Formats: sequence, C-alpha cells, structure tokens
Amino acid sequence: MKILTLVRQVPDAEARIKIQGQTVDLDGTTVVIDGMDEYGVEEALRLREGGAQVEEIIALAIGPKRNEDALRTALAMGVDRAIHIETDARYDAVSLSAMVAQVAQQEGAGLILVGGQEADWDSQALGAATAERLGWPQLTWTNELKVEGDTLSGRHDVDDGNESFRASLPAVVTTQQGLNEPRYPTLPNIMKAKKKELRKDDPASYPSQSAVRLVGAEIQTRARRNHMIDGKDPQAAAAELLNLLRNEAKVLA
Amino acid sequence: MILIVAEHSGGSLAKSTLEMVTAARASGREGPVTLLVLGQGIGAVAKEAAAVADQVLVADLPALATYNAELWAAAAAQIAQEGEANTVIIGGSRSGREFAPRVAVKLGAPYLEDAISLSSEGAALRAQRYTYLARVTETVEAEGPVVVVSVKPGSFQAAAPAAQAGEEYDVELELPAPRVEITGRSVEKSSRVALTEADVIVTGGRGVGSPENFAAYVEGFADAIGAGVGATRAVVDAGWRPYAEQVGQTGKTVQPGAYIALGVSGAVQHLSGMGKSKNIIAINKDAEAPIFKVADYGIVGDLNQIVPALIEAAKK
Repeated sequence: MKILTLVRQVPDAEARIKIQGQTVDLDGTTVVIDGMDEYGVEEALRLREGGAQVEEIIALAIGPKRNEDALRTALAMGVDRAIHIETDARYDAVSLSAMVAQVAQQEGAGLILVGGQEADWDSQALGAATAERLGWPQLTWTNELKVEGDTLSGRHDVDDGNESFRASLPAVVTTQQGLNEPRYPTLPNIMKAKKKELRKDDPASYPSQSAVRLVGAEIQTRARRNHMIDGKDPQAAAAELLNLLRNEAKVLA
Repeated sequence: MILIVAEHSGGSLAKSTLEMVTAARASGREGPVTLLVLGQGIGAVAKEAAAVADQVLVADLPALATYNAELWAAAAAQIAQEGEANTVIIGGSRSGREFAPRVAVKLGAPYLEDAISLSSEGAALRAQRYTYLARVTETVEAEGPVVVVSVKPGSFQAAAPAAQAGEEYDVELELPAPRVEITGRSVEKSSRVALTEADVIVTGGRGVGSPENFAAYVEGFADAIGAGVGATRAVVDAGWRPYAEQVGQTGKTVQPGAYIALGVSGAVQHLSGMGKSKNIIAINKDAEAPIFKVADYGIVGDLNQIVPALIEAAKK
C-alpha cells in the first residue's frame, strides 16, 4: 500500500494575521506545518513501524512556495518522497480535491491522510471531497487507526460522541488531536531528508479551477466591554458580576 | 427549490434546522423552501418540519436509521437533481460538514462551507465565513445551476412556524451500500443542555486545578444558573472531562449569549471556538491571561473563593 499524506504550511496559531487589500497577507508571518496534517504524517509512519504493509509514504503539498517547508518537515519526520504542485492560485477545497485525487491515482495510493480542519481556511472539506472524487469511503476526525491487510479500523468522533469503525482500503482518513504525538525531526534525519526527492509538478498538468471567488476579507473584532472587577473581596465581586450579567448584559434571569 | 437537509435527533428537529430555514429565506434564492428529512421512524420530525417549511420530503427507511456520510450525500444529491434545486443547504455540524463536500462533488457544484451569512449578488450566492482560526471574516461567492452551502450553527435566528403548514411527500431513494461498518458507538450524553444549543456556557480550563474542582466549580456554577458545561483542550487531554465538552479548534464551536470561562488562559485555538460569543466573562488569577483581552467582564482573583461565592449568590 502507498500512503499519500497531505501537508500545508499555515500561520502559526499565535502569529499576527494582517489584511492587505482584500486578502490575508502572510508576508513576514511565522508559518508552520499545519498541526492537523502533522498528525497524518506521524500516523503514516506509525502504521509502517507497526507492521502494516506500507510500500511508500508520499507527502503532497499544493500551493505557494512556502509549502516546501512543510514538505521538508514531513521528509525529515520520515516520509519517503514529496511532491509539490507549486501555485499561487487560490483554490477552494472542492476544486483542490480534484488535484489531490489525480495525484492519488497517478501514484496508486491506497490511503490518504489529511488534517481534519485546515488552520488557514478553517475548512473540513478536503478529505470528504477527495474521497467522493475517488469513489472511496472516508473516516473523518479519526483519533485511533489500525490497518491489517486491506482492512482499516479505528475510532472517530461524530456529532454526539464517537464511533468505532471498520472499512476496506482504499480510503481517506482525516486526522486530529489524540491520534498520536507527532515526532520532532532529529538532526540526522533532517540531513538525510535533504537527499530525498522533492518533485515539483507543473500546476498545468492538473486542470482544476476554483469555483469559489474571494470577494474580500477583514479582521473584525467585536468591541468588548473589558469591564474588570476587583477580585480581592470575593463576595462583592461575585455580587457585582451577577448584577452585571442580569441587568447590563441581560444574559441571566 | 431550496433544499435543506434537516438535522434532527431523539425524535425532534434540531434548532440548527430552524436556523437553516431562516438562512434559506435570507439567501435570496428562488423557489419553495424544502426540508428533506432522512431517517427511520421520523413521522414526528416531519410534522415539525412541515410547520416551518413550504414543503417536506420524507425518506423513512431502515437503511437511514443512523447517519452515514455516503448515504446522506447520495440522498441529498439525488433529491437535489430530481427537484432541480438551485441551492442545497446542509448543517454546519460535524456530520454536515462531512457529507456536504460529497454532495457538491456529486452535483459538480461549488461549495460554500460554514456560512455565517447568505445573500444573492446577481446570479451569485454570497456567503461570509470565518477563516484563520476564526480571526478573519472572508466573503466568498459562487454561482452555478446549483450551489451547496453549509451553515454555521448559531449564525441565524431560528425560524418560527409559518401560518400554514407545508405539504409532506414521501420520496424514493436509490442508496448505495454503506462501505463503512460501525462496530461500536459511544454517545456522550449529558443531562445538561447541549453545548451547541446552550445560551449560557460555563467552561473550565487547567486553572480550575483538578477534576474535583471542575465538578465543584464549573458544574456547580453551571447547574446554579442552568448553563451548559464546556472544557478546554488541556482539561480534556488531562482526562478530566470527556471530549464532547471540548470547545475550540479541535472541539466544538459555540456562540452563546454568555460564555463564562473559569481558569481559562485563552489560547488562540480555544478562542477560535468561542470568540464569537455575545458576552465573554473570564475569571482567572493571572491578570495577563489573553482571555481578558476578549472579555466583556473579568475578575482577576482566586477561583476557590470567587466561584463558591458566585454559586451561593446565584442560588439566592
């Protein structure tokens, strides 16, 4: 089985986000491999280390040049090779899924691992859309995974709790917190990774266009009252807070 | 028609469905607002649906007894095609955002995900949505014979029953064989109001100190004021509370009337799940905690003293 693991390079959660014109401008912003994707890379490695028949682990990134760093991180963690479809075009998740599905078919992947929600788009759609394109089942928000032969089993979160599941490969799995603890690349592995293949594919070989147009973006912050209450006298503070919640904010009866 | 896939549980319609009806009417798209109810033994749900929609399509089948992404996607896509829907609206719940992309791919339609507003701009359907861990509001639009949308829970008012109930129709579906076998299910039930439906939420962070304190302070205060209970990722990771209570990027997104954070520092990932709450109240001993930057009301002080005083005062 070949595993395709998707990675993206996104702003660090604590980084300041700024808007330039009508879009988010990441120039000068600290970017890191998307944490949710990192769970996917780690899980691919663990499946192989755990004895599953894994022929090859390939990391794929589609997007601007900065994604190279996410691919380097994945290579240093232990994936075998990387593919970067470098493009500055903006894709929505559904149009992007056509490109992912094309790569999966070309590479003969049997399992795709992708983060449950991208930290830049706040989208959960890429895994499901890719699964539909390929005609595969999907398991979303997975926090436990096992592969035996061509059977996939594990546990994932649903609306009101969690489910244990079983399905046959090929499949798409979206990953999240709890699945594993991603490893840190060691220096020897970082050195080794420099020799691994990072293939650049021409976006023109993947005909897909975004069907969703960006009209604008803004950072909206709700004006907060920032009414601070002195906590030194707990009884007085409690009474004042309840009074404010009842009579000013009117959120308590 | 505007097709809405109804969300329901426990034999009644979810509030999110009423919100989707409002979203449909706000969208400026043409045609009757149509609720598709999928499930088994859903007569009562269909009745509730008829009270708010122009028409209700009911697929009451054993195969639909429990939610399954591939079946839900197949059902929604089939009905959208047969009814020539121009818009398909799906809930922004975990399951909704799981099958909506499949519907979009099946229909060859653009997908506007997790919309907080909807309007028509000429032929295009325009939506606002949050990005970058809910720090940015983006406006996006798409057009086509049909557009698929998921709607973020809590973003629209719940629709009130119409003067005249909509007609109910049974529909026939061609469903694929489900390929994911569910071998076990653990439902995290709570006697309290569901987090995503609660108007007041009390959430505890690591600053609460221990699972015992969580029960005494967070649950104690929530019960005193009839609120839902939430937890931060750190608290869930520590095993103090079930994942179902987690609020944040990897947990639930909530926007209640009041969000009361006890011992919560306010990491960006947590703020992305609750930062749109109408009122944020923070109690923390660390005056520098980032949560205070977004708080409407804040108390810097010792939870061990302030929360018992709050519980006592609330009970009066």
